[in-house]
Amino acid sequence: MSSHLGARIAQVLPTLLLVSILVFCLQQLMPGDPALVLAGEERDPAVLAQIRTELWLDRPLPIQYLHWIGGVVQGDLGFSWRIRQPVVSLVATKLPVTMQLGFMAFVIAVCIGVPMGILSAVKRNTKWDYLANSIGLAGLSTPNFWLGIMLILLISVKLGWLPPSGYVPLSEDWRLSLSTTIMPAFVLGNAIAAVLMRHTRSAMLTALDQDYIRTARAKGLSERVVILRHALRNALVPVVTLGALELGTLLSGAVLTEQVFSVPGFGKLIVDAVFNRDYPVVQGVVLVTATVYVMLNLLADILYVVINPRLRGA
Amino acid sequence: MSATTASIRLPAPQSPTKLAIRRFLRRPAAVFGLFVVVSFVAIALSAPWLAPFDPVKTSWTLIRKAPDAAHWMGTDENGRDVLSRVIWGARASMLAGVVSVTIAAFIGVPVGLIAGFVRGRTDTVLSRIVDAMLASPFLILAIALAAFLGPSLQNAMIAIGVSAAPVFMRVSRGATLDAGTHEYVEAARALGNPGWRVAIRHILPNIVPPVMVQATLAIATAIIAEASLSFLGLGQQPPQPSWGSMLNAAQRFLTQAPWLAIFPGAAIFLCVLSFNLVGDGLRDALDPRGK
Repeated sequence: MSSHLGARIAQVLPTLLLVSILVFCLQQLMPGDPALVLAGEERDPAVLAQIRTELWLDRPLPIQYLHWIGGVVQGDLGFSWRIRQPVVSLVATKLPVTMQLGFMAFVIAVCIGVPMGILSAVKRNTKWDYLANSIGLAGLSTPNFWLGIMLILLISVKLGWLPPSGYVPLSEDWRLSLSTTIMPAFVLGNAIAAVLMRHTRSAMLTALDQDYIRTARAKGLSERVVILRHALRNALVPVVTLGALELGTLLSGAVLTEQVFSVPGFGKLIVDAVFNRDYPVVQGVVLVTATVYVMLNLLADILYVVINPRLRGA
Repeated sequence: MSATTASIRLPAPQSPTKLAIRRFLRRPAAVFGLFVVVSFVAIALSAPWLAPFDPVKTSWTLIRKAPDAAHWMGTDENGRDVLSRVIWGARASMLAGVVSVTIAAFIGVPVGLIAGFVRGRTDTVLSRIVDAMLASPFLILAIALAAFLGPSLQNAMIAIGVSAAPVFMRVSRGATLDAGTHEYVEAARALGNPGWRVAIRHILPNIVPPVMVQATLAIATAIIAEASLSFLGLGQQPPQPSWGSMLNAAQRFLTQAPWLAIFPGAAIFLCVLSFNLVGDGLRDALDPRGK
């Protein structure tokens, strides 16, 4: 087990290195001179030259990369061109908001997806199975920004139950915080619930076909015990690990959901940075997202080995 | 003797394609999905003749009119006919779906074929690059690419295509590795065919089915991605219609004109659902274990 994990961890470093090169190369796609973008109306050659020197734009590309990655390794993701703050501090203020949203979304997704997957597998080829599958497919096909708009229309505008937008930190007022984040979290959790439902159904169908289930039934155990204690416990192994991978999807979904509900999180940060042409922030956010995603993949792998007794001794 | 030969009648062998088509047609959901997809394609192609009004023509007397007999889906904040814009929006979405996936397949399939066929160090290097691209969530990578390339439908399609390419590489690499173990590949090599010929003439046609399934599902993802980028203002630019940008504008008028948000969103949902149904149906139909 330790050699497998060691090899997996060793793979992470080159991947992160390549990610950093890709993220750095993004800037090269930018049409025109970044110094001109930064200077705005200013066309004084001396000012432009100064900007180029400050940003190391007058050096060869490999040197620029080494300078940039050297800073990244020391926790310096650059400086926002527009907000005039270090990108790290911007990320540090926005990330907890998205993490709160992501955590709530994941809980909602598990609460909807796993029971639906169990029901679908246990009632295989019945109307319940078809219904659960249809809901799952609909969840996968609904753009989350449209679902968000529809929920605002129904729950906030028509019924007036929840505020349509905004964000209150948990530390300030937990009730208000929950009321502002429950709708975006539901929207974010919707697509993941559909994926979890499909994984749970497939894993449960495999588990229910195993000999130990037949033995458990032959022993006279109730169907409830057979399903929940024997089949589900084994079926959850792949579901947990695949579910961990879906956490990365949350980061993508957060971009649109935060935009719809005006939640000042990580997603909104990248969108605002894109429109302000604040490229260091875009680069920083993509790099942090990719790093979090790679780490989640690694965590999923470790989790798979840890919770699977057959791999633990290997 | 002759009696025995007469009694054993073997069914005529069926081609895998015919078998797959028959399996596909046996799935009502997939057939429904195909019907809707074909309808959307027809709508997109015949938009100039089908749309009752000019999709970009504004009218001060028709601002935010609720759906009625003249304007079945109402009018928008500039007095433009929503139905006409939804019909023309189908063109942008279909174009984005097909072009992005074509770009992704043109990048991903050759790279996957090379990685799976050559193996060794080439495979390791290419796979690591793909891992790095997959490390960034699809939409975030597409947003970043679209941001650096500049907002337009064309750049959105490039961004989506490049972001979706790693998945095609993964699928075609896996299929190539699998195909490489078959006897017909060994036979082709034994006959003295050069490597490139074995890869293109013998392996490539055999990795088409999984790539096709991936392409169908990827079109659904690409349509949502285009709508997402347009919603954020990074795709189709106003006044040209696209479902995503229509939803963006609709957000400001939710209380006064909810129809502005309902119809374009429903169009995205139906279109994506149909592609997903077709993709699922194709996957089942092309699965050799299927009945």
